[in-house]
Amino acid sequence: MRSTIEVKGLRKRFGRTVALDGMSFTVEPGEVTGFVGPNGAGKSTTMRVILGLDAPDEGSALVGGVPYRTLRRPLTHVGALLDAAALQPGRTARNHLLWLAHSQGLDGRRVDEVLDQVGLRSAARRRAGGFSLGMRQRLGIAAALLGDPPVLMLDEPANGLDPQGIVWMRGLLRSLAGEGRALLVSSHLMSELEDSADHLVVVGNGRVIADTSVTDLIAAASGGRCTVRTTASPAAVSALGRAGATVTVADAGTLVVSGLPAERIVAVLTADAVPFSEVAAHRATLEEAYLALTSEAVEYR
Amino acid sequence: MNDSLRLLHAEWTKFRTVRGWVVALTAAALVTVSLGLLSASGDHASCDRDGRPADCPPPAVGPDGEQVDDKFFFVHRRLTGDGSITARLTSMTGRIRKPDVVPRVRNEIAGVVPWAKAGVMIKASMTQGSAYAAVLMTGEHGVRMQHDFLHDVAGRPGGVSERSPRWLRLVRSGDTLTGYESADGTRWTRISTATLSGLPATVEAGLFATSPGDLTVTPADLGGHIAAARFTEATGEFDQVALAGTLSGGWRDDEVGAQYLNGQVHHPGRSARSGETFSVTGVGDIAPAVEGMTVERPLSGVLMGLLLVIVVAVMFGTAEYRHGLIRTTLLAGPRRGRALTAKAVALGLVTFAVALPAIAITVTAGGQILRANGNAVLPVPVLTQMRVVAGVAAVLALTAVLALALGVLLRRSVAAVLTTVLVVLVPHMLATTSVLPEAAGQWLLRLTPAAGFAVRQSIPEYPHVLWHYTPIAGFYPLPPWGGLAVLAGYTVLALGLAIHRLRGRDA
Repeated sequence: MRSTIEVKGLRKRFGRTVALDGMSFTVEPGEVTGFVGPNGAGKSTTMRVILGLDAPDEGSALVGGVPYRTLRRPLTHVGALLDAAALQPGRTARNHLLWLAHSQGLDGRRVDEVLDQVGLRSAARRRAGGFSLGMRQRLGIAAALLGDPPVLMLDEPANGLDPQGIVWMRGLLRSLAGEGRALLVSSHLMSELEDSADHLVVVGNGRVIADTSVTDLIAAASGGRCTVRTTASPAAVSALGRAGATVTVADAGTLVVSGLPAERIVAVLTADAVPFSEVAAHRATLEEAYLALTSEAVEYR
Repeated sequence: MNDSLRLLHAEWTKFRTVRGWVVALTAAALVTVSLGLLSASGDHASCDRDGRPADCPPPAVGPDGEQVDDKFFFVHRRLTGDGSITARLTSMTGRIRKPDVVPRVRNEIAGVVPWAKAGVMIKASMTQGSAYAAVLMTGEHGVRMQHDFLHDVAGRPGGVSERSPRWLRLVRSGDTLTGYESADGTRWTRISTATLSGLPATVEAGLFATSPGDLTVTPADLGGHIAAARFTEATGEFDQVALAGTLSGGWRDDEVGAQYLNGQVHHPGRSARSGETFSVTGVGDIAPAVEGMTVERPLSGVLMGLLLVIVVAVMFGTAEYRHGLIRTTLLAGPRRGRALTAKAVALGLVTFAVALPAIAITVTAGGQILRANGNAVLPVPVLTQMRVVAGVAAVLALTAVLALALGVLLRRSVAAVLTTVLVVLVPHMLATTSVLPEAAGQWLLRLTPAAGFAVRQSIPEYPHVLWHYTPIAGFYPLPPWGGLAVLAGYTVLALGLAIHRLRGRDA
């Protein structure tokens, strides 16, 4: 079984609301695929459809080439974290994992392994009802890892984690991908994925807006623009304009120039003896790239 | 291990890891036992002997171990080896005591109760409960052949008079007794054959009469009914009496099972002989006992235990929804029918396993307490007792699954608990108390899941014993397994609907 998730043409309505409007993408093994979009874009619905919890009106979702519902011992094929709060409050963390383990023919030893892996060993025999959101999140991740699955799907895994926890999570995601697993990690905050995702599926209004590698997306969003700092803005604007660049004044001492590479800008300004303190290639943050992509989607909602 | 077994294991782990559920289920068992033993220890019985309380004499027990009534007047001779007795019955009359109209003046009318009996009998000994076979005329059920209390075969219906006498004959050949009847003493019709294994070589053969109490049922002031059985007697007039075989001694008159009151036989029978005509009058009955304490009597606490079981079962189902666990459950077992079936089977097995010992202890220890307090408990075969114990445990298990299914269907704990109580406990309570008309109560016990309680009835309803067979008295309208099947049907239906709903919806 190839460890992939293949989503093709999913459509689903809840009453008059279109939740999924032709959602299609593929998650490859060995990568962390970020699944990003504003709240209500269809991320959770897509995940539930992949996991056989919701039925789509149209389209298909396959895990390793087959529908989730046909899997035997499914947690050994796909691990998922959907809602970390879904716990029986009176049951201990270990027992929560134990019934899950038993449902897959696994035993208590595997439970103890994953409890160690997520750092919950010392809290294993405490009732889950008293857990903080961060601890529940770790318990949910332990549940996803229980069957040692080649495919993992985590819905907002960083929710409720403290900064230390977020760093731990990034490391965990990287190492899981490094082991060749396919990971689909959703977030409504692009910044959370900045250092962990290799690939991004950006969604809005129930369909895919962008399906691209993180490197390409940032390059595209940067758009070959440069930032110029100068004390002689009018002279710089006219010199660069004559050289064929489009110049906008960002603030009193900063210009954003597009249409000319950085070395040409330096040459033009030097030739016209316009003083400047800095010429820098503009690098968009993932956040900016994402906002640029989704602003359109949000407008048309 | 296959899918279903893994899911079953997981559901068992789920159940045992929530302390509240385990505690409540244990409490259900303890409540069942303690209420049962408490009620048993409140039942005392003693008999009066010479004005002082004393232990009651042990009740008569028939050849099959059941408690019996065995009281009649017997005019008999001793018969050794094979042989037969033949007699012509020319009349059957009787007297029935009715409620006194004038205080202290006995109000007796002429009449014969439906199961008054007069006829010919061959009996192993004069001891109450010993084996017998008889060909007899009844008040309203024609000629019958009966043997060993439990067995009854109909002959020709109709009555008897001098103009249309009834010839009765009983033939012994080894252990086999064959009954015949005839209208003219010439053409004989075989009624039935009975095998009385171990019948001694020498037996008593003769004419007998007996007449059970007249059962009247009157509505009580506060709902329900009062059943009363009043004294009756029946007289058979016989002639053409013929005994064949090796006889010894002459005719003897005996009151079998005589009861004494102040040193005298209470309601004695009698006989008279003029020439070849015998007149035999008897009071009593030859029949299995249907009135008395039953082995299931200490099971009164089961209803309280069941209430706790229902609450736990509903919670086991609704917890999945209250905490959103259902999604995790369905991720682990995406085939939803199997997932819910595994949950139901796990709950049913756990409930059965907890209920079975609790009910076994209640019935056994409760029975011992009842007997120690001087009560006679109607004996039943071991298999029947096992059926009562396992059956009532099954009622608890099936009700638990029904409650779980309703919990999954309604997704509201309070609503599901109330619904289960309404369909299982309430109909039973209405039918076994004096709230509803009897017929309505019986329909409730046929049509609702409460029908399952029929499995606790240890003493059957005998067609040849007239009694007020009502739920209040512990008699259910459906047979034990039939009643349990009704409950099981409802349970399967509810579980099927729950699965259907679970499959048809997004989780």
